[in-house]
Amino acid sequence: MRNRMIVVEGSYAVAHAVKVCRPNVISAYPITPQTHIVENLSQFVADGEIDCESMNVESEFSAISALIGASAAGARTYSSTTSQGLALMHEALFNASGMRLPIIMTVVNRALSAPINIWNDQQDSIAQRDTGWIQLYAEDVQESADMIPQLYKIAEDSEVLLPAMACMDGFILSHVYEPVILLEQSLTDEFLPSYSPEFVLDPKNPMSFGAFADPSTYTEFRYKQEKAMGEALERIEEVANEFMEKYGRYYGGLIDGYALDDAEIVIMAMGSVIGTVKDTIDMLRSEGETVGLLKVRSFRPFPAEAIRKALRNAKVVITLDKNISIGKNEGALCTEVKACLYNAGVRTPVIGFMLGHGGRDIPVSTIMKIVNKAKLVEKGIFIESEFADLREDLV
Amino acid sequence: MKEIRIHGRGGQGSVTAAELLAVAAFEDGKYSQAFPAFGVERRGAPVTAFVRLSDKPIRLRSQIYEPDYVIVQDATLVDVVDVEKGAKCDGIILINTEKNPSSFKFDTKASIKTLDATKLAMDFIGKPIVNTTLIGAFAGVSGLIRPESIINAVMERFPGPIGEKNAKAIQAAYDLMETQR
Repeated sequence: MRNRMIVVEGSYAVAHAVKVCRPNVISAYPITPQTHIVENLSQFVADGEIDCESMNVESEFSAISALIGASAAGARTYSSTTSQGLALMHEALFNASGMRLPIIMTVVNRALSAPINIWNDQQDSIAQRDTGWIQLYAEDVQESADMIPQLYKIAEDSEVLLPAMACMDGFILSHVYEPVILLEQSLTDEFLPSYSPEFVLDPKNPMSFGAFADPSTYTEFRYKQEKAMGEALERIEEVANEFMEKYGRYYGGLIDGYALDDAEIVIMAMGSVIGTVKDTIDMLRSEGETVGLLKVRSFRPFPAEAIRKALRNAKVVITLDKNISIGKNEGALCTEVKACLYNAGVRTPVIGFMLGHGGRDIPVSTIMKIVNKAKLVEKGIFIESEFADLREDLV
Repeated sequence: MKEIRIHGRGGQGSVTAAELLAVAAFEDGKYSQAFPAFGVERRGAPVTAFVRLSDKPIRLRSQIYEPDYVIVQDATLVDVVDVEKGAKCDGIILINTEKNPSSFKFDTKASIKTLDATKLAMDFIGKPIVNTTLIGAFAGVSGLIRPESIINAVMERFPGPIGEKNAKAIQAAYDLMETQR
């Protein structure tokens, strides 16, 4: 595998992955906060390396709107955005999912203002949780790239037809140089069939998309979206396995475990912090601690069943969230994990830690500290949820 | 695993130096990771970049707090940035300066190595851009990367006469610092 790897920037690896998926229309707004992803893609288009319409528009709202039109006309579409750009798209994200358009968008996760901050956290995509988009979170650069053809295959499935976000941590993954295998065109052509939707906007055969639905039918549209997410739950697993067969790489489908089988303390996390957690677990394991990791790869659809099964031997569950629902004093993963255990009658303590906000670094020592705090539960000291690494001198 | 921290000023190519080290080390058979200390980039302002080299794939994503090596592109940074911070006792701090190592008053137990990379860069490249010269010096003083791998990485990134001039500066810096290993 090593001899096929080269060292490139994360953004380049993702742009290359998009290229080999042969999109028809790419639209983005090229201002800060942006990344090299669309910059590289524009270069590919300008150099004639892909036969694709690249639309430089006047805002992120226009970028997603352009893709909604293009996707409805039957095009394979792509965009990339981050932070405030994603927030500006919010209204149209519902249109994309409600119209059942399999648009793929890399969200380079960054903090939201105010105060102004350009660094990484996951508040931007978590805030779009209920827009009806699939959301997968990548652990490293290779996964950020490999997710692109996987998501096209999942999203364009006629039983799914939902838009999807490939979430990768800003800077930590988008700006890192590390060895990756650039996706091969020939393998990707075999893996990913061309997109040929049954229903398209076509002047020769006029039809309406996202038209009026009064109270007698609106509910059923929502029901169908939820049902499609249920289908996605199946397809995410299947496609991860198909990808493994074709390319030889696997990151989990909905979830993935590390040192999980006998783990009494299970750390749950999403995104690039997982690498650091794995290193921490190796250190703790060498000291005899039975700590493991449950990586959540799919946040929407939320894999409640798979998580319940994976946590059945856990004595304590720790959730790591690079976001906060202000007023709940919890991150989204914490809330969701608690909710999925309750009706199953599982009363394993779930302890939430919020960290890495606005780019605050997450060293091994922070994960160690969190594990030690969570262990206090065994002595009857229960922490519901708290900020890790809060600077007491500033508050 | 070996960890490297590079200090420079915006515009001096610290991030490029980190990237080139990662490319060269990978070609040399190591796994590598390079990333900037993400800041708001301004020309002339202090910037930091990080590199990890390992025999195994690298999973750790945090910044580097206890570097084995520190590379300082501009000696004036010593007055404004704590370049010795966290440096390992058996580590090396490599500074671009015409001064001797003894002229730096550090608390660190890490050894200080100096070279006049600016002069080498002026001699061979004709410009005071020292990033490639310094990574050549790093390869020399550390013995972690072969000079040919550094030169290949630089030539690939800057093909033609510019790359060739850089290659000469890299080899000269390597030869000079190899004796100080």
